[in-house]
Amino acid sequence: MKAGFTPATVLALTCGFAFLYLPILLLVAFSFNESRLVTVWGGFSLKWYGEMLRNRQLMDAAWVTVRIGLVSASLALVLGTLAGVTLARFTRFPGRTVFSGLVFAPLVMPEVITGLSLLLLFVSLDWARGFWTVAVAHTTFASAYVAVIVQSRLLTFDIILEEAAMDLGASPLKTFFVITLPVIAPALVSGWLLAFTLSLDDLVVASFTTGPGATTLPMRIYSQVRLGVTPEINAVSTVLIGFVTLGVITATLIQKRRFADGQKRKA
Amino acid sequence: MTAPDLPAALAPDARLPAEPWNDPKATPLIKIRNVIKRFDGFVAVDDVWLDIYKGEFFSLLGPSGCGKTTLLRLLAGFEQPTSGTIEIDGVDMADVPPHRRPVNMMFQSYALFPHMTVEQNVGFGLKQEHVPRREISRRVGEMLELVQLADLGRRRPHQLSGGQKQRVALARALIKRPKLLLLDEPLGALDRRLREQTQFELVNIQETLGLTFIIVTHDQDEAMTVSTRIAIMDRGRTVQVGTPGEIYEYPNSLYVAGFVGDVNVFEGRVVEAGKDHVTVRSPESGCDIYTDRGIDAVPGQEAYAAIRPEKIEIGKAPPADARFNCVTGRVFDIAYLGSLSTYHVRLATGEVVKVSAANRSRLVERPITWEDQVWLWWPPSASVVLLS
Amino acid sequence: MSGQPAQTPAPYVSPGPQTTAFEVLERTTSAFSFYGVLARFVQWLERSGRTLVIALPFLWLGLFFLAPFLIVLKLSFSETVLAVPPYAPLVAWLEENGLSYLTVRLNLSNYLLLFEDSLYVRAFLNSLRISAVATFLTLCVALPLANAMSRAPERWRALLLMMVILPFWTSFLIRVYAWIGILKPEGILNAVLIGLGVISEPLTILNTDIAVYIGIVYSYLPFMVLPIYASFEKMDPSLIEAAVDLGSPPIKAFWTITVRIALPGIIAGCLLVFIPAAGEFVIPDLLGGSETLMIGRTLWLEFFNNRDWPLASAVAIVLLAALTVPIVLFQRHQARRGGTDGAS
Repeated sequence: MKAGFTPATVLALTCGFAFLYLPILLLVAFSFNESRLVTVWGGFSLKWYGEMLRNRQLMDAAWVTVRIGLVSASLALVLGTLAGVTLARFTRFPGRTVFSGLVFAPLVMPEVITGLSLLLLFVSLDWARGFWTVAVAHTTFASAYVAVIVQSRLLTFDIILEEAAMDLGASPLKTFFVITLPVIAPALVSGWLLAFTLSLDDLVVASFTTGPGATTLPMRIYSQVRLGVTPEINAVSTVLIGFVTLGVITATLIQKRRFADGQKRKA
Repeated sequence: MTAPDLPAALAPDARLPAEPWNDPKATPLIKIRNVIKRFDGFVAVDDVWLDIYKGEFFSLLGPSGCGKTTLLRLLAGFEQPTSGTIEIDGVDMADVPPHRRPVNMMFQSYALFPHMTVEQNVGFGLKQEHVPRREISRRVGEMLELVQLADLGRRRPHQLSGGQKQRVALARALIKRPKLLLLDEPLGALDRRLREQTQFELVNIQETLGLTFIIVTHDQDEAMTVSTRIAIMDRGRTVQVGTPGEIYEYPNSLYVAGFVGDVNVFEGRVVEAGKDHVTVRSPESGCDIYTDRGIDAVPGQEAYAAIRPEKIEIGKAPPADARFNCVTGRVFDIAYLGSLSTYHVRLATGEVVKVSAANRSRLVERPITWEDQVWLWWPPSASVVLLS
Repeated sequence: MSGQPAQTPAPYVSPGPQTTAFEVLERTTSAFSFYGVLARFVQWLERSGRTLVIALPFLWLGLFFLAPFLIVLKLSFSETVLAVPPYAPLVAWLEENGLSYLTVRLNLSNYLLLFEDSLYVRAFLNSLRISAVATFLTLCVALPLANAMSRAPERWRALLLMMVILPFWTSFLIRVYAWIGILKPEGILNAVLIGLGVISEPLTILNTDIAVYIGIVYSYLPFMVLPIYASFEKMDPSLIEAAVDLGSPPIKAFWTITVRIALPGIIAGCLLVFIPAAGEFVIPDLLGGSETLMIGRTLWLEFFNNRDWPLASAVAIVLLAALTVPIVLFQRHQARRGGTDGAS
């Protein structure tokens, strides 16, 4: 099997990526449309971005969403890293099967179930629903994603590096901070980013667990989308897509440059 | 012996006795006593008992899975023995974690920290001891000088070649001047030429610094070249411990004889055994084999006579005295190795004997060729008799 | 040259009782200072590190993931009442003749309703059917794409991989929303098709099952491509060459060798699509019609529109029970392979 482009592979790649990207590109394009109609190009305009910025509700929701994202991504990073370390390193402890079940289940659990069950928990604990309940809910499912990323990075991490550090006189805890963490740092960065975007995207779990004063951006978008397509939503979406794309590309480039070693070995 | 041109800090600490293992008064640096290591019912190290002395270059030699790496990891503290004790310089290591042991290890994969420069890697051990920064950079400089990497200090591991990585790993393990340096297949990843060159450098550094090295290898040539003594391991046990010469000339079992170098083995029975000689009658060879080194055996006992191919003479005419140590057969294969040729001779009994002879004359003038009838003979000092 | 120790510096200062940074910290500062406390804390961490590392996520997930399911289970046996919260307690103390009884009232009417009312049964079956068909369609799109990616020149692969992952990072809701504009009767697709003269009347795609299929395939494609690509890429290309060399046509070799060996990755991808798609809410709600009954949407409606929390809980329990087998399969797969690096 030769590694190279053949007409068949080019066709498959073109169709595949067209399918993935055309809808997004159209969405972005029509955010600059003067006309309100999605099928009619009425000329280039930034007016929908202006409308977006003037929409107080939308802006408030965006600010709430970003705060929830920051809090839950950071908490999820800590918890997920601990869980990932546990899965990768501690092969024997009572309850390991339950533990790995708890970590992996949120990855595939239908969101409606997660949302409903967390809401019922908060109700029975009598917690006031709002910012913190959403943050806790997001932390819970996002930490599962972080755990998987950290675990798979640790599985390819050469344990001998840690042994070498200890052999040279570093205590186990110090070894973790001086050797293990810096080496897996790129995985932690992508884990945090993923947790942040998951929180930013979530509609269902947030709808269940939120309370007054903590309406998130996806909830706002959803209630507007149900009323029909408006270019203003296209504008919001474009801004979101732009931020996420920029973030992901920057993170990838940083990782590539700093840890060319790991990349090379993987290739 | 001229003193090598070295910074004062790297000079050897004292002249060491030549063969401490033969000196009953010498105290070993490492005492391994009845060490057993089991993993899930599998015995990786089985009742090993070893004394290793200061200044030795000691090899653990054996096929993969024989427990040599486990033994090394027990010394470094990454594994705990199931039973038995390990003492280093008079201190029982049972409760000493790896980072408190006066032992450093050079890993087979080198284990260089990918996020640190060469200098940071080499200085890592000193940093853990809170040596002042200036002192660290001085000693790192000296160390890099010693391994000839002085101008690569700012590089990262992925920018180095295999040989350079190997040197960094060595420098990093040496910089704390450990009482004991453990080397796990240190040259395994290098190509042959670099390997041979590096073997001598390793010995040089070891002698220069006066340190004690324990090296794990599966390469018998490497062990023979570098070691003061070798322990041959098989299935977790040490089968024989001795100098390279002892191991090669006087193996104590067929396993050792076959593992180190090439050997011809004739199975037979002891006809006569004395204090200074043994005679073995071997139907396989068709002659009696007389050895001038006695063993503890009774007539009639099963025994093996082992003879190295290079100790056998080959000729087209029978020797003057053909009563002992002389067989005849036909050449059926010749392996030309440049400096040597190995002749494969099939005896009338069907047994194949390998003989190697130096190619003193040119190939075209080769006196012995395929299908020639040849006689093979050897002196009484060439063979050893083994009971197992 | 005789050994004269005075000439040579001490070769090795025995590390003996070596000190850690934290011990030094502690010794040089008073026990009550900030660093003293910090040093003690770090020492304590070092001793109990392992337990702590396990316990923290364990407790968190136990409290916020496991415990809620028990509450859902409990609630699914409760009665609906008009109150805040809108359900009756399951366990109560009953005072009677001066004695207290612990009463447990298991109310099975929620489950009975689920199995008697054809609406719920249909919604369940519909969810499983739509999810299965959509998973198959996703596989059909993902196989050629993953194969083409794994055969692309090596320096292209990282870029292609990133291009597959990138949409996964952008909002799910936005990606579903994008299709509304394309599929609706006066949308882009119809405009293009009419403009090209392929059709004369606009097609009705939005608010049908077809739109739901498109939405699921589109949204979940990266989940399918990544594990399959990972197994394709790991495969030794000479395996195919060997099969072709032994007389197998390339297409056949692809099925009998490549797909066969990549089967674990394919199964993982299918589970990653099937399980969440079966409980999907956003896609059927936005792209499907009122006829498109899916159980995730039913749960949502029971909860938010009818405020029937116990019935919504019963729906959740039944859905969970139906998904237990695929979820356990997925867990097994994860535990064995140590996780897909899909999302990284």
